[in-house]
Amino acid sequence: MSEIGIKSYAACVPRLRMDRAAIAAAHAWSLPSLKGLGKGERSFCNWDEDSITMGVEAARACLSSASKQRVGSLTFVSTTPPFADMQNASIIVRACGLPSSTATLDAGGSLRAGISALIRALRTREDCDALIVAADNRRAKPGSTQEMQYGSGALALRLGAGDIIARLIGSASSASSFADHFRAEGEKYDYYWEERWVRDEGYLKIIPEAVERLLKEKGVRPDSIDHFCMPATIAGAAAAVAKRLKIKPEAVVDNLSSKCGDTGAAHALMMLAAALEKAAPEEKILVVGFGAGCDALLLETTEAIRAYKSASSVSAALARGVIDRNYTKLLSFAGEIDLDWGMRSETDAKTALTQLYRAQDQVMSFIGGRCGDCGAIQFPHLVACVNCGSTEPLTPYPLADEPAKVATFTSDWLMFYPAPPLYVGLVQFDNGARVLMEMVDVDPAKFDVGSALRMVFRIKEKDGRRHFNRYFWKAAPI
Amino acid sequence: MATGIKDKVAIVGMGCSKFGERWNCGTEHLLAEAFQEALQDAGIDKKQIGAAWFGSALDRANVGNSAIPLTMALRLEGIPVTRVENMCATGTEALRGAVYAVAAGAVDIALAIGAEKLKDTGYGGLPVQTKGTLNDLVMPYSSAPAGFALLAAGYRTRYGVSREDLKRAIGRVSWKSHQNGAKNPKAHIQKEVDLDTILNAPMIADPLGLFDCCGVSDGAACAIVTTPDIARGLGKKNLVTIKALQLSLSSGRDSGTAGWDGSYVRNTRIAAKKAYEEAGIGKPRKELSMMEVHDCFSITELVTMEDLGVSEDGGAVKDVMDGFFDADGGVPCQIDGGLKCFGHPIGASGLRMAYENYLQLTGRAGPRQLKSPTYGLSHNLGGVPYSGVSAISILGLLAH
Repeated sequence: MSEIGIKSYAACVPRLRMDRAAIAAAHAWSLPSLKGLGKGERSFCNWDEDSITMGVEAARACLSSASKQRVGSLTFVSTTPPFADMQNASIIVRACGLPSSTATLDAGGSLRAGISALIRALRTREDCDALIVAADNRRAKPGSTQEMQYGSGALALRLGAGDIIARLIGSASSASSFADHFRAEGEKYDYYWEERWVRDEGYLKIIPEAVERLLKEKGVRPDSIDHFCMPATIAGAAAAVAKRLKIKPEAVVDNLSSKCGDTGAAHALMMLAAALEKAAPEEKILVVGFGAGCDALLLETTEAIRAYKSASSVSAALARGVIDRNYTKLLSFAGEIDLDWGMRSETDAKTALTQLYRAQDQVMSFIGGRCGDCGAIQFPHLVACVNCGSTEPLTPYPLADEPAKVATFTSDWLMFYPAPPLYVGLVQFDNGARVLMEMVDVDPAKFDVGSALRMVFRIKEKDGRRHFNRYFWKAAPI
Repeated sequence: MATGIKDKVAIVGMGCSKFGERWNCGTEHLLAEAFQEALQDAGIDKKQIGAAWFGSALDRANVGNSAIPLTMALRLEGIPVTRVENMCATGTEALRGAVYAVAAGAVDIALAIGAEKLKDTGYGGLPVQTKGTLNDLVMPYSSAPAGFALLAAGYRTRYGVSREDLKRAIGRVSWKSHQNGAKNPKAHIQKEVDLDTILNAPMIADPLGLFDCCGVSDGAACAIVTTPDIARGLGKKNLVTIKALQLSLSSGRDSGTAGWDGSYVRNTRIAAKKAYEEAGIGKPRKELSMMEVHDCFSITELVTMEDLGVSEDGGAVKDVMDGFFDADGGVPCQIDGGLKCFGHPIGASGLRMAYENYLQLTGRAGPRQLKSPTYGLSHNLGGVPYSGVSAISILGLLAH
């Protein structure tokens, strides 16, 4: 059996970026010390984005229509999974149009879960491709250091044999009860211990031990490491660890703090993807994940990386950002403040789970139908064809990756919508299907009838009482 | 072979409550107010009514399901009473039920009545509704103005009208209705509004501002119908008869296939064509004396002028700006003030429109009276332009 490795990667960073200076300015009356952190920008989720939707976005970009059929397993990694009990990975499988036979697993519990899952998958030889989807929408207390440092994002990796861009050299792990931070079950926020202790007793001791073990076992000299990926929000921590390990200072990979912030369980993989984007063939990449111990993973790029181009690289995902300075928007979208949306927001959003299951192909996978008589493609599919009325069974026809344009639209300021105005209109697919849809990520100056659209998987409605959010597809400008 | 409804049924009495924020009235008071006026106008006894149709659209915000709230309010005993609901066409549906019953010979005299109490929700605009378990999962729920605002982008794109010119034209639509409504003591909003105020009002759903949207009101309206023979027997002269009653509903074509460009309402075109055939009207622009159309939003009225064949396709902006639909224009539209000034208590609106046509045809419209009208058209549009219900009724003098 041929060598297992990484075959493709794709990043999702939410379009919204908060100017950290705006956060610092809002807190200046009480927490003036935050001003020092008020540089650059951090990503944050729109009201309708979460770890699942970001994960879907990254996973879709990581898959071609041909490669979908080869996927045998999907692991979803997050410390902020929308559901504590009800598998999140299965939702991603349905939204990505992966085979229903895909083996699924939710992983989490630590910021190093992303790298742990990657090591596990690379060490487990499967006949099919394995997909690892890591995503976090990190929650931080207003006014905290974490509010400045955290970001939101997702990274997907497809692993398997053949056409690999990076191969596994080896890995090492360690388990410890070192708690730099923790979040107990049911708690909203992380609780952090003193940075100096975390740096000196944690990063600088636990990581070198594991890395040295790995390098020794594989006979790799530390100065031969070309890319060192170590997520850490403590300034200079990665450089200090590199120095202790005698890794070249120029090998330390940027932790994306200036444009994105720390994306939690996804972040080590995000930095790995950033390294892969720049790497030449036969370069060594060392990735570490820290948290109650650590994981260290050593990879080497292959010749195939020269020709490889991600459908959504980290740099491309970072470049799509739009800077926002409305701090209360971040608070509102994160659920930290409850704005007065008026009586129109009181409508109950209870989902009929029976109906959702009956229509899961339509709702979760955005599969329409093609008429057996006239060929009209349509959504939703009811019993008879929308065009000719034929009751011949409709052939399933996926719409999520089909090109489309705005047929007509408006912006609605009256209806309750957590990010007003609500853009809504008829979406005209090039294949003839037409669907009334919500439109998101709209720049009003560049949006009109005829604008090109792509489909995105988002939260349609939040159920404030039972917290079973409805997911569905929306249209976004390209 | 169907022969249509023309001249088979006459209206012998109508009533219309004062529309507005009727804080001190429940639906039952509004129903009674409209009913008493109609009963008096008809000159009959309540016991002569053989059957009734009750239009009420929003059960939760209004009086609940069934026709029992009506039979309770009017103390109707032992006769068949049916509640109908077909979105904004609900009032016209009630009229259709009563008219068809008389035409079928099932009863001699039938009652059509509709009411809605919109001001018990605690906020402006229509109550937020859901549309069933599947639509909850896949359909974006926008407001009513957003649904109709889609016509604006479609219309300006098709005809190359600038945003500014279209905004001004729809603004003038509302301006004209306020001019008319100021003369109507039963209207909710009885004041003129200048065009600048209309154009600069806060945005509700682009390009519709506050004054591009109809009012939100409580109200009821009522009709008592019978055969022309019985009407004459009751001593009625210059009979007003039903010339046409037509309805068209969406099958999903416009929302689900590529054909529709957003610049017109298919259902109105279909219902209008059938209604003109039923009434024997060949040239609506020449033959119609007046129109009460569904001006839920100004853009709807503008597009409806083309859908009804009164303006040519692409010609409504010019007709509006020329004042063709003003009270002294070629075909006055919303002579009573329209939904713009009456608001839109959904179950009542279709009958409220018929009420104005009836008053005009019988020469009882007071300061709004038009000179010798012969045909009056009313039009409802429920749902949204690409997925909805269009209802058209035409009333006229029996002599015509």
